[in-house]
Amino acid sequence: MAAKRLQQPANKLPLFFISFFIIMFCIGVFFDEPSRVLEQAWQICLSCIGIG
Amino acid sequence: MEFFRNWFQAAILVLTNASWTFPFSRSLYQGPLKVLCSPGLNCYSCPAATVACPIGALQQLLLSVRMTLANGQVYVGFYIIGSMGFLGAIFGRMVCGWACPFGFMQELLYKIRSPKFTILRPLRYIKYAILALTVVILPLVAINDFGMGLPWFCKFICPAGTLEAGIPMLLLQPDLRQIIGTLFWSKFTLLILFIGWSVVASRPFCRTTCPLGAFYALFKKAKMIRLTLDESKCTQCKECHSICPMGVKFNESPDDGECITCMRCMNESCRFGAIGIEIGGLPVQASDIRRKKTAP
Repeated sequence: MAAKRLQQPANKLPLFFISFFIIMFCIGVFFDEPSRVLEQAWQICLSCIGIG
Repeated sequence: MEFFRNWFQAAILVLTNASWTFPFSRSLYQGPLKVLCSPGLNCYSCPAATVACPIGALQQLLLSVRMTLANGQVYVGFYIIGSMGFLGAIFGRMVCGWACPFGFMQELLYKIRSPKFTILRPLRYIKYAILALTVVILPLVAINDFGMGLPWFCKFICPAGTLEAGIPMLLLQPDLRQIIGTLFWSKFTLLILFIGWSVVASRPFCRTTCPLGAFYALFKKAKMIRLTLDESKCTQCKECHSICPMGVKFNESPDDGECITCMRCMNESCRFGAIGIEIGGLPVQASDIRRKKTAP
């Protein structure tokens, strides 16, 4: 049974997606997106929470 | 395992809302951790929130994308989608089952003794429409004269925002109570409806409305950690149907997008070792886990 399990082809799709999204993340960092996210997260957007 | 999962959920709730100085500061946490995306739905306008909500942050970037591009700034959501996608490709909706504060709250509400009802399966597709429309398309397309859109999901739907940010901010800053109107009360009503629904049905927001859950569900066949079914051991007893908090019929659809990998079917219902867990392609069968439990 153990041998049979080892013969199963590994699903490489998760690795592809992990690599893809890490690259995407790095592109975001390259364009300084985190500073924009931080800027927005520090401010309270009243209309976003249903006030005002 | 369920006990451990509940404590893990509580730990994530506390860690993502760890800024308890807000009763004195009466404002939001403004530290560097807020650059990180919360794995689950957790409003970053919550006074205690220490991390950013990916859905809120993504909408904010998309609604102002015309203006930022015109200024030569490429803020189109790579960082946010990269963060969400990275977690999705590893965990999929396991994040919903283990690391979402709003999901945890719904689970606690469901423990209240009351008549329980199922949720119609077609309602699950609403959340994909909400993700596409209110998080991506409308903030991009429905713009005002200045080229700015609205955060449609946060503004008109998100009950987590009302609970974690709207109500606390009204308590902390009494002046704000003068400017609340129909929008707040409609969102408040929606929150009450979801709270009531969570008492009588399991995780209704996650199953019907959550755009973050919809995004993670896209990785149902491409996630690193997943539950697997050994059809040779499955007796079709259907015990996994009744225990699943998400209404998944695991023996019929093991790659169901609704599965939050809470592992209750594996640990609490399947007596035949038919359900196992696979991590990075390496199967760890339920029977192996039980053996490890009993090993000295």
